[in-house]
Amino acid sequence: MKNIQILGTGCPKCKKLVENAEVAAKALGIEYSLEKVTQISEIMKFGVMMTPALAIDGQVKCVGKVISPDEIKKMLT
Amino acid sequence: MCAQADCCSGGPTLIFACSGAADVGEIADRAARKLTKDGIGKMFCLAGIGGRVSGIMKTTESAEKIIAIDGCTLNCVKNCLEQAGFRKFMHLQLAGLGLEKGKSPVTEENIIKVAQKAIKMFD
Repeated sequence: MKNIQILGTGCPKCKKLVENAEVAAKALGIEYSLEKVTQISEIMKFGVMMTPALAIDGQVKCVGKVISPDEIKKMLT
Repeated sequence: MCAQADCCSGGPTLIFACSGAADVGEIADRAARKLTKDGIGKMFCLAGIGGRVSGIMKTTESAEKIIAIDGCTLNCVKNCLEQAGFRKFMHLQLAGLGLEKGKSPVTEENIIKVAQKAIKMFD
């Protein structure tokens, strides 16, 4: 089970990253949980200063940009 | 760590100080904190680079500008960043400002001297 976290306060870019992460996980057919981390104080705990950001199993994989479903797929495999 | 996360903004300007045990380490640390308070950039945790903390590593990768402030000629910040794979950063060493290890009191004057030099490097 992959734990996917999207760090962001909820702007359109953050929402797009959520969407892309769901597309990626569903395409791979893996078991996953997706959590939106919207509180700045919680985002800061990851050492992240720019959003949107993506973490998989607690490891930050990208910061400050929306990445494609294909890029997320690579991170999930 | 810095006080605020930016949503969808450009890359941050990050400041890493050695924050070492010697007088010059403290001056480097205080100068980095002053630069953060003055809004020049954001002091970031060098230990997070050493520990390869994913969020800190990725944030640093996305930085627009990075300045490394080393208190002495051991260049711990420079070495730490380089060993973590970072190549593009400015480097300020206090010895170059005449601040010698063990002989430089932690005064406002010395802190401002370092901060002003850093600001010039950003220009």
